[in-house]
Amino acid sequence: MPEAILFVVLAVIAVAAGVAVFRTDSMARASYALAVSFVAVGLMLLQFRLEYIGVITVLMMVMEMAVMAIFMIMFMGMNPALMPMDMVHSKKLSAGSAIGLFLLLTAGILLADWPESRGPAGGDLTASLGEAIMEPKMLVMLVISPVLFATLVSALVLANPRGRYSTYPLVPVEDADDDDGQGKGQDHSGDSAGHAAHSAHGMDHGAGNSDGHGQHHDGGGHQ
Amino acid sequence: MTPGAVQQLPAWGPLAALAALAVVALSGAMVNDVLAARFSGRRGGGFAPIAEAARLLRQRRRSTVAADELLRRVGVAGLTVAAALKVAVLPVGAWVVSDLAVGLVWFNAMDVLVWAFVWLAGWGQNSVFPLVGGYRFLALALAYELPLMFALTAPAVAAGSLRMGDIVAAQEGLWFVVWMPVAFVVFLAAVLAFSLQRPFTAPMSADITGGVTSELSGVDRFLVLTGRYSLLSAGAGFAVALFLGGGSGPLLPDWLWFLGKTVVLLWLLVALRRRIPQLRPEQLMAPAWVVGLPVILLQVLVVAVVTINGRSS
Repeated sequence: MPEAILFVVLAVIAVAAGVAVFRTDSMARASYALAVSFVAVGLMLLQFRLEYIGVITVLMMVMEMAVMAIFMIMFMGMNPALMPMDMVHSKKLSAGSAIGLFLLLTAGILLADWPESRGPAGGDLTASLGEAIMEPKMLVMLVISPVLFATLVSALVLANPRGRYSTYPLVPVEDADDDDGQGKGQDHSGDSAGHAAHSAHGMDHGAGNSDGHGQHHDGGGHQ
Repeated sequence: MTPGAVQQLPAWGPLAALAALAVVALSGAMVNDVLAARFSGRRGGGFAPIAEAARLLRQRRRSTVAADELLRRVGVAGLTVAAALKVAVLPVGAWVVSDLAVGLVWFNAMDVLVWAFVWLAGWGQNSVFPLVGGYRFLALALAYELPLMFALTAPAVAAGSLRMGDIVAAQEGLWFVVWMPVAFVVFLAAVLAFSLQRPFTAPMSADITGGVTSELSGVDRFLVLTGRYSLLSAGAGFAVALFLGGGSGPLLPDWLWFLGKTVVLLWLLVALRRRIPQLRPEQLMAPAWVVGLPVILLQVLVVAVVTINGRSS
């Protein structure tokens, strides 16, 4: 009974955090709400005694959200990622596909001809999972893992101007280069008229920050 | 595979583990301040951490304009929580709070939580320098995490298990540090990195006025500083369990050996990191991936070959 209650609580947390992803106006809150949702799912997997999968889910999802924070600066530019923004777009299409997928998966779960459980699972589930992956599914893993790894590395290399245009700098890069890069970035975000609202927010935030700093320096004297 | 290798503690176990973590972490902070006092030609200094804690706990907490309070608090409090959750699977001698079958992966997951917490603490303050600090930590974390994961793989492969108790038990004949020294060194470096100690202090260095900690005061600053020492202590504990034979030793009881080794290793790390200069955040990636990763992969290869030969013979 306590296990069932815990399961329900975790399920509610997972769904509520999932809803929060789209209700919030901050990228940071959205990504970590998603992380909370996945952590709840990971803990539910622990309840099924799938310890390895459960803990790995927690590990991968939290790490993914941290990497998301890097991508959000790398690919979106500084301003839009830091400003309040709407987390939903193309609403009709998204809602339609989400409901469709949900119905499809539910139908699959309800209609599939699941095999009968043959008594309690014995032995080390982590070891049998490893054997399943490394023996019959070895080819799939061998294909998928280099592709995933190459995707990650090339995304990072492409996003980093130095990675794209020069080898790893063994001597420190001159400041002029850095200034150039930043100038371009700012021009770019300023160009798009659609982001006018964002730049207004940017000014707000700028003011907020300088206030914060005033406080900081005042406070420094007391310490 | 052998759940009986260690014994799970009853309900007071978590409290005992927390108390042990706090005492070990405090000892690390005391050693640090004794060394700092000696360096500047003074004597004593051992009670400086307690005085500083008392000062911070009485200090009013300051918050920034339009801060994301929720994220900031999660990040600030999270470091200590992550350290405590790590310790939950750490066998202290023959005792452990939770004998999880995948304890090593749990440790790794909790150390990834530190990525999130440091970034959240930096982000949530809505201030430039903490934000820069948070991103600096992610830059370091991307560099150190993969070598750390492979360093964790080596003892797991040798023991044939992810259970911390089994890994300790597998070192009865020979401590893993003897035949996997590279993994040990990489692991210690990663411990310094995930506990934000030098040379990995760029996220909170002086050139960005303290980075993640620059706007923190009062109990917030106390929690972050405590979290760093707790993570360092937990890391030292795992280094002992993974590479230094856990609680094995003559005469004295297991738990005493374990705590003794942990404390000595912690003090060594505290003394060592005082002598290392700080890395700039972009300086870590190339050494960690171009040198560190191949070296640790070779180490894992050697361990795998030795283990498989040992099993078949």
